[in-house]
Amino acid sequence: MPHFYGTEVRSRLLLGTARYPSPAILAEAVRRSAIDIVTVSLRRETAGGRAGGTFFELIRELGVRVLPNTAGCHSVSEAVLTAKMAREVFSTSWIKLEVIGHHDTLQPDVFGLVEAARILVGEGFEVFPYTTDDLVVAERLLNAGCKVLMPWCAPIGSAMGPQNLPALRAMRAEYPDVPLIVDAGIGRPSHAAAVMELGYDAVLLNTAVAGAADPAAMAEAFAKAIDAGHAAFHAGMLEPRDMAVPSTPVIGKAVFS
Amino acid sequence: MRLTVNGEVHELEADTLADLLALLDYEGDWLATAVNGDLVHRTDRRNHRLNDSDRIEILSPMQGG
Repeated sequence: MPHFYGTEVRSRLLLGTARYPSPAILAEAVRRSAIDIVTVSLRRETAGGRAGGTFFELIRELGVRVLPNTAGCHSVSEAVLTAKMAREVFSTSWIKLEVIGHHDTLQPDVFGLVEAARILVGEGFEVFPYTTDDLVVAERLLNAGCKVLMPWCAPIGSAMGPQNLPALRAMRAEYPDVPLIVDAGIGRPSHAAAVMELGYDAVLLNTAVAGAADPAAMAEAFAKAIDAGHAAFHAGMLEPRDMAVPSTPVIGKAVFS
Repeated sequence: MRLTVNGEVHELEADTLADLLALLDYEGDWLATAVNGDLVHRTDRRNHRLNDSDRIEILSPMQGG
């Protein structure tokens, strides 16, 4: 199983916790997919602490590891402060670092991302950067001290699936020893299997499960697809050919005319 | 004293951040606080004195992806 910052995890599926029809359905999705890590956010508390407290209790009862995020942060200072506040709340140095650069596409501001990553690594954080599939940015993030990369495969929540498989393949080839998690844009289990077949270590998704008609069943479907893609990568797949190749031996064939 | 709490302006008297949380009925060990853009640790809230025009953020866990 993959190691993220020295911690071995037992599932290659990471789930976001937003947009589920109910907390019970979120809990069921976590149970059925047997995942190990959920992402959570921080927001302004308006109910005297009780709204956040209820959600916090739910997460604690799930018995999973928490990967807090800086979702919605559009500047380095916002992201850094949110990360520090998340560490205060969740008592973890893990942080899914988002610095959003574009309101519509939610594309990462990769310049701010690198800057924020460097600051947070310096503060002792273990940074999971939500980034593009750009190799130069990946290099800068690694130089900043990130030991995990989380490239998108399509815009957040778009469900479009991998838009640039060659770029994801190149990142895998360039960094064979860096844990790589595809984050954002996955819509279907087949999308998840496709990126896992490239040799990725894990997939992080949210809307594709939370927005399904049966989120718990979909979470389980994703877990299976991810395992299948992972197994297929290590089993060694055929390369496509232009021409047909008979699978049944031609030698010894009967001649009837 | 004029304090901006989670973006809303309040007129109230609170000597420390801990006093403010109590005054506004915030409770729980899952809250994170910042004053004027700097984190104030849970253990420092009692000693953190507030000043007029301070901006306070109080965050708590929320669903996210």
